[in-house]
Amino acid sequence: MFYFIEQCLNGVQLGMLLFLLAAGLTLIFGIMDLVNLAHGSFYMLGAYFAATFAALTGSFVFAAVLALGATLLVGMAVEVIAMRRLYGRDHLDHVLGTFGLILFFNELVRLVWGPEGMNLPLPNALNTAVQILPGVYYPVYRIVIIAATVAVALSLYVVVMRTRVGMLIRAGASNREMVGALGINIKLLYTFVFGLGAALAGFAGLMQAPILTVQIGMGENILILAFVVIIIGGIGSIRGAFIASIFVGLVDTIGRAFLPDLLRLFLSTNTASTAGPALSSMLIYLLMALVLVLRPEGLFPPASR
Amino acid sequence: MSVALNIRNLVIAALLTFLVLLPVYTGLSGNVFLLTLFTRVLILALAATSLNLILGYGGMVSFGHAAYLGVGGYVVGILAKEGVYSGFVQWPLALLVSALASFVIGLFCLRTRGVYFIMITLAFSQMIYYVAVSLARYGGDDGLTIDRRSQFAGLLNLNSKTQFYYVCLVLLLGAIYLVWRLVNSRFGMVIRGSRSNERRMQAIGFPIFRYKLVCFVIAGTLCGLAGALLANQTDFVSPAMMHWTRSGDLIVMVVLGGMASVFGPLIGSVAFLVLEEFLSRVTEYWQIILGPLLLLVVLFARGGIDGLLAGFRRG
Repeated sequence: MFYFIEQCLNGVQLGMLLFLLAAGLTLIFGIMDLVNLAHGSFYMLGAYFAATFAALTGSFVFAAVLALGATLLVGMAVEVIAMRRLYGRDHLDHVLGTFGLILFFNELVRLVWGPEGMNLPLPNALNTAVQILPGVYYPVYRIVIIAATVAVALSLYVVVMRTRVGMLIRAGASNREMVGALGINIKLLYTFVFGLGAALAGFAGLMQAPILTVQIGMGENILILAFVVIIIGGIGSIRGAFIASIFVGLVDTIGRAFLPDLLRLFLSTNTASTAGPALSSMLIYLLMALVLVLRPEGLFPPASR
Repeated sequence: MSVALNIRNLVIAALLTFLVLLPVYTGLSGNVFLLTLFTRVLILALAATSLNLILGYGGMVSFGHAAYLGVGGYVVGILAKEGVYSGFVQWPLALLVSALASFVIGLFCLRTRGVYFIMITLAFSQMIYYVAVSLARYGGDDGLTIDRRSQFAGLLNLNSKTQFYYVCLVLLLGAIYLVWRLVNSRFGMVIRGSRSNERRMQAIGFPIFRYKLVCFVIAGTLCGLAGALLANQTDFVSPAMMHWTRSGDLIVMVVLGGMASVFGPLIGSVAFLVLEEFLSRVTEYWQIILGPLLLLVVLFARGGIDGLLAGFRRG
């Protein structure tokens, strides 16, 4: 039972990270109608920046702030140099162009940071476990991740729903020409949204960095999961992305934790321990296929489309 | 059909002549590497040709086409592991299983449109990827070594590099001919019509879903054949064969060569793999050049190389 609670928390934590990626993807898709495969590269860059700045400054928090700023800048630069030219093209062009960007960023990271990968050590204060229920210990840092991502999700909600910029973002999503005609600098708005999405992905990457090793291609698997999330949630819907992220995070983590044991009831131990993780990876995709068959536009299709 | 004498057709003729004569040259010079490289080019060109049928002509952007490459390859690999070496069993079965897989996948995917289609095809290929990872008996993550190539009762010897090359070339040309006949048939017209306006085709009274499904299955089956060839060439199958970046590579080949052009995928695969080979000799970090190059192709050369040769006829 305690194990189950722990796995649920892990699931929520993965879900919240997925949400950070999915929110950016879905914003960019909803507003610019752009499929961005290179979103995972920002996740990777966030982690690399954080590891580098942590080594330079010696402070985790400082490194996180600097890394966030750096991914924001890189995102905006990518938008100005490349993405801007892809708006209004068909989705195949987006897939191809951003696929090229993935190759570019992976190789750039290899060139700059070398092929080995890096570690981002945690400050000691965060490197402990805390008793959350009688007898249940949970790592502090994972709680920090959940808290931080929830805070980001909330502030994203406030920014999008309660501020002028957010209003423009929503307006841009429903009718870009009209927003432009009303005298809003739509180009700048797009650059900002793209940068924001990149920074969110970078934030996810840097938060995840101390748990995983920072390595090339780390963004790709989680990117595919994030795509699954926005498909399930309905492309363009932040609310859908939020619910779907938690859902996918829980299914993935709990499947991974319990499916091998379940399989052991029917299969030999050896077969079960190989098949278990693979089958639980499949679970997500099965879920997505099911959702698409029943609701081809996702669970929460945006009303304006 | 009369063949006009223009730059595009001359280039294609030159390319075909080169491909036919290549083993003669490598036989004389002893450059085995070149033959191996081009065998690979031919096999991936076959896969790209099959993708072009649905992507170029049908407008179905499948981001999971490498899955059938894996399915075809794994059928050959698994049968070899179980002691069935006859190509007369292996290859038809590889085609059959790929056809079945693409039928089931198509049944689900073709209900969706646009980005949803891109993503659900990706999801299915990921599923098949993880199935391969979970096959503990057949190597799991590490893959499976094939100890003997497909046997054709003494008619063909696939261990001979030259014979294998010509088998690939003949199959590729057969596939190109098939695609050419298909897209110019009534069936192909319906598929191309559905690409430009599906709703209208539906209104005229065509059961578009069924047409697209058949097209999807043909493409999957052809790609399965490429998978069987690839398994034989590398004597090895692994989940990496159907990694999603491989699906991306196939899309790149199709678009680079020229979508909805019969010879486009062949041109694209030659260009892509030769470029890859060339760049990786220039610098270890060759993808840093390839990536932006792709972006440039997308931005400025929509018709791909074939489009450039034909003088921007597709704009």
